Amino acid sequence: MEQERYLSASPHVSDGESIPKIMYGVVLALLPAAVGAVYFFGLKALWIILIASAAAIGSEAAVQAALHKRITIADGSALVTGILVAFNVPASVPLWMPALGAIFGIVVGKHAFGGLGYNPMNPALLGRAFLLASWPTHMTVFTAAPRGGSLSGIEPATISALGLDAVTQATPLKLLKGAREVLANSAVADPAKYADYAKAVNALYDSYGNLFWGKVGGCIGETSAFLLLVGALFLLYKRYIGWKIPFAYLGTVALLSWIFAGTDGLFSGKPLFHLLSGGVMLGAFYMATDMVTSPVTFRGRLLFGAGCGVITMIIRLIGGYPEGVCYSILLMNLTVPLLDRSTRPRILGEKK
Amino acid sequence: MRILQHRTFSGGVHPPQNKLTARLPIEDIVPPPMVVIPLQQHLGAPAEPVCQVGDMVKIGDKIGEAKGFVSVPCHASVSGTVKAVEPRLHPLGGKVLSVVIENDGKGEVSPSLVPDDGYLERSPDELRSRIREAGLAGMGGAAFPTHVKLSPPANKPIDTLIINGAECEPYLTSDHRLMLEHPREILAGVQVIVKILGCKRCFIAIEDNKPDAIETMRRAVAEGGYPYQVLPFRAKYPQGAEKQLIKAATGREVPRGGLPMDVGCLVHNVGTAKAIYEAVALRKPLVERVVTVTGAGVRSPKNLRVPLGTPFAHLFAQCGGLSEDAGKIIMGGPMMGIAQFSDEVPVIKGTSGVVVLSKAESKVPAPHPCIGCARCVDACPMKLVPTHIQTLVRHERFGMAKTYGLLDCIECGCCGFVCPAGIPFVHLMKYGKMKVYQLERAAGAKSA
Repeated sequence: MEQERYLSASPHVSDGESIPKIMYGVVLALLPAAVGAVYFFGLKALWIILIASAAAIGSEAAVQAALHKRITIADGSALVTGILVAFNVPASVPLWMPALGAIFGIVVGKHAFGGLGYNPMNPALLGRAFLLASWPTHMTVFTAAPRGGSLSGIEPATISALGLDAVTQATPLKLLKGAREVLANSAVADPAKYADYAKAVNALYDSYGNLFWGKVGGCIGETSAFLLLVGALFLLYKRYIGWKIPFAYLGTVALLSWIFAGTDGLFSGKPLFHLLSGGVMLGAFYMATDMVTSPVTFRGRLLFGAGCGVITMIIRLIGGYPEGVCYSILLMNLTVPLLDRSTRPRILGEKK
Repeated sequence: MRILQHRTFSGGVHPPQNKLTARLPIEDIVPPPMVVIPLQQHLGAPAEPVCQVGDMVKIGDKIGEAKGFVSVPCHASVSGTVKAVEPRLHPLGGKVLSVVIENDGKGEVSPSLVPDDGYLERSPDELRSRIREAGLAGMGGAAFPTHVKLSPPANKPIDTLIINGAECEPYLTSDHRLMLEHPREILAGVQVIVKILGCKRCFIAIEDNKPDAIETMRRAVAEGGYPYQVLPFRAKYPQGAEKQLIKAATGREVPRGGLPMDVGCLVHNVGTAKAIYEAVALRKPLVERVVTVTGAGVRSPKNLRVPLGTPFAHLFAQCGGLSEDAGKIIMGGPMMGIAQFSDEVPVIKGTSGVVVLSKAESKVPAPHPCIGCARCVDACPMKLVPTHIQTLVRHERFGMAKTYGLLDCIECGCCGFVCPAGIPFVHLMKYGKMKVYQLERAAGAKSA
């Protein structure tokens, strides 16, 4: 009889969402920032994105073929990993590095644990962490200035007018880190350097526009808050990401930077500066929200986001690196099972 | 704003409604040449046959006697000859002892059907016994024996009766049509329930996607001078689920593992209310019901008044047959209904509809591993974490699954509806529950 082929458990209808739809949705959301990367950092950025994506997809297919598993490269998740690895390297790296990062992320970060759905940590960030640990110079020394801008985000005209070339050969976070060290010890600091840094910090705080639009040095995909927000709004609208993790993450960064990150004592920090510089926008909307490696409960997501914010700010302010987004998310990834277990919602009718 | 105006619960989903038959009046079906009446159409103990092959029966004659308190009798739905008393395919799965009656086409009615105009003067016990004798089981789908629900223990008084006309399942319109066409009978039944329970307030709950039903019921309440309140609820699935309805209507939460009576509530379906009126006033047993036959696979979808025991194939024949494209046959709605592998299964007391999906709609995607999107967590109307429970069930950690709320699952299917990985949640929940009960029985047997 004809109907015999159509048996299944209820429900018999679905809302039509699927893993490929979600993954390609994320790819679409990353597209504006990818275009921005190519605009600001030139064709090199395009090559980085293409090579990392190809490496991610190729290595996924190779691992699955070697393990005689179903090859799932069409679901789009490897592509997302590849693009995110690319977004997390500076434009100045040799091209084999993004490829290696993507391969490490896919092979070790994802398939060593069983593939999509089983990886405890975000594969792209693990790939980046691998590159950062192995070739720290390539990953932390930024030399490529964005089109029409400077590494620090301060207008080139302002830099030459104020004669700040010596201190502004760095990304905003690195500049601020250096400045905080000098400004905090005015007694021992070289007075000329002290004055330079004081001017530079003021100029930095006047450069929000450049930081927002992306006219600043950094990893190729993280610089333009505007383009990242465009994609994030799309993801929020499609409900492929929720508001809780980005809200808690950015909120914590804003709060902690206001309290602790100033050059003039407590509560002198500039929250907007810390939100717009470095990789926090990319991290909060595209990597902390990775479905596989973030909690599923309401309170779990808020705590996860807040934890990412706290670790990011600890690394930025106290740690050895100017930026802490990558490690903060990776560390919080490891707490997800614990967070999920301890934040189980109250069941309807349950007495707590 | 609509959200503020109309009550609802948190969680839930919005499946496409597809109420194809909402405007089609209920039609009487041409009675089938043969009916197959399973002796178990309700939750609880099956009825025992009280007829033999060769017996002549009339409509309303008892053919199965209730066995125990949580059980109800069964009655002949056509007049004719008993052809067989044997196990037959059942829409809930497997084979169940059934009485097969060949219809003689005369439509003779049992002489026991004597209307009683003074039914409102009868004692609650008498009313309950009439309801039980009429074989009433909840007509919303779960088919729990009605008289049991109407017999709360003395320490659990019911102060709120909720009449469920939400009909939140997509496609189904049988309750909608009943409210439009038989509001007076429904309210007369409600009056009987209120009298039995002595409860102080009664809500009639209808989703706001049926404004005509809300209007009709309101008018009928006003005309009859009843003190009942018709409440619009937001159209959201599963608005008609008992616990969600109680929460939305009264703010009370049925405790875990508890019953509505624990919070002074009782929920009855509108179809059951109408059947209660017929049972006590007309002394008419439950021998027919309204069935929505619908879906892309049915040539002309209809709302049909159908004798119980009518095979699905006969329903389809009355609706122009199945289309070329017919795929899955579902008893009930697409969210909670049960897929059938045969069209020989009969209509039972809980058959609110038969939905036939097209082939394209019937295809089920191959499941992927969970990607932790948490859409199931947001959708679950019981506030469970379905993805954790399904993982625990897969790993056979049934005790832990129970702690996480496996037994609180109402199997509404919201999690499966939103899952992008196509995880068969409801299947795993049902399997897990079965295993928990098995293990608990085994443990009980060992300790005894």
